[in-house]
Amino acid sequence: MSKLKLATVWLDGCSGCHMSFLDMDERLLELAELVDVVYSPIVDTKEFPDQVDITLVEGAVASVDDEKKIKKIRAHSKLLIAMGDCAITGNVPSMRNPIGPEVILDRAYIENATAQQQIPCVVVPKLLKVVRPVHEFVKVDVYLPGCPPSADTFHTALTALITGEPLDIPALTRFGA
Amino acid sequence: MSESAFEVKTLQIDGQEVSARRGQTILEVAQENDISIPTLCHLEGLSDIGACRLCLVEIAGSNKLLPACVATVSEGMVVSTNTERLQKHRKTILELLMAERNHICSVCVANGHCGLQSLVQEQGVTHVRLPYRNPQLGMDASHERFTLDRNRCILCTRCVRVCAEIEGAHIWDVMGRGINSNIISDLNQEWGSSACTRCGKCVQVCPTGALYDKGKIGSDHPKYPESLPYLNLMREAQ
Repeated sequence: MSKLKLATVWLDGCSGCHMSFLDMDERLLELAELVDVVYSPIVDTKEFPDQVDITLVEGAVASVDDEKKIKKIRAHSKLLIAMGDCAITGNVPSMRNPIGPEVILDRAYIENATAQQQIPCVVVPKLLKVVRPVHEFVKVDVYLPGCPPSADTFHTALTALITGEPLDIPALTRFGA
Repeated sequence: MSESAFEVKTLQIDGQEVSARRGQTILEVAQENDISIPTLCHLEGLSDIGACRLCLVEIAGSNKLLPACVATVSEGMVVSTNTERLQKHRKTILELLMAERNHICSVCVANGHCGLQSLVQEQGVTHVRLPYRNPQLGMDASHERFTLDRNRCILCTRCVRVCAEIEGAHIWDVMGRGINSNIISDLNQEWGSSACTRCGKCVQVCPTGALYDKGKIGSDHPKYPESLPYLNLMREAQ
């Protein structure tokens, strides 16, 4: 059997889910027997590949760039996993939703800036009015809650998904875990 | 004798033959028989109001779902507590609660000790299918010892009931209607300048992180609502 292609993506999140993924430690070697990591913040591929079997998405959709990315990712992924609370609920990035992006930008780039007080309009992608979970943009196949999901959760869930064994996610993890 | 409180009713809950006293609620009888029905606004020691609808059960021969915490037993009743239909409704109720205000478990003082969070997990809710409302709601940190965070309030009114029924102060109540409902102290005054007796029972019975002790940081905020039946018992004995 040829190895499955695995990708991990980092949208609006703190990278904690990726850290927890790496916390699988020596079990990563076991996982590497079953999958090839073809795209990830931790590998040096610039473009999302054409055909990916399993994609783990960390982070909420917060900018026009995130929105564009997630649509492309969905189109090229067989199985899309929302990894962690930001991807599933909006979590911490969504705490700006009640007050809106303008206030946040003002605070960061005007109020608290000592030099060059201006809101960036090039290079940095435009923020969406509200931060929303991944499944409000594209179909999500598996939800893996947690902030972050533990390394054990990752290991159990990924092993089950790769081997096709039954998977009981609420028994493993919860929001805020 | 037929109308006596000791009159025995026999009924079926989830296929199990059980007996009950007249006037008992379905929830009470289920709990006596180790049949678990999820609850959120119910708390032993407080009156029941059937607000959260999580304890809804099916009664054979009726299309109407009944809240087990306030529905009383009757002879020959056939009750189902965990059908597919009920599971579907419970999940939807929990998703509505999660979407209604700003529940961010990861940064909540009640993380790991929350009635809403644990029910969400127990009922197998892994995501919320409804769009989040993200309302702009205030906090009241005017009290010397406690904080009210309306973002985390589910309007179960346990605080209102414990303050009125057990403490006897009745400083909490609900203002507004429907989606605009909110918990207020006194006549919508700041908690800190209200007639609050500072007993802290509301904090202990709040199932979420809406009411919390200022002395607690991070997610280290276990609550101890199980003292209420004991308080009631001691008062009755006096």
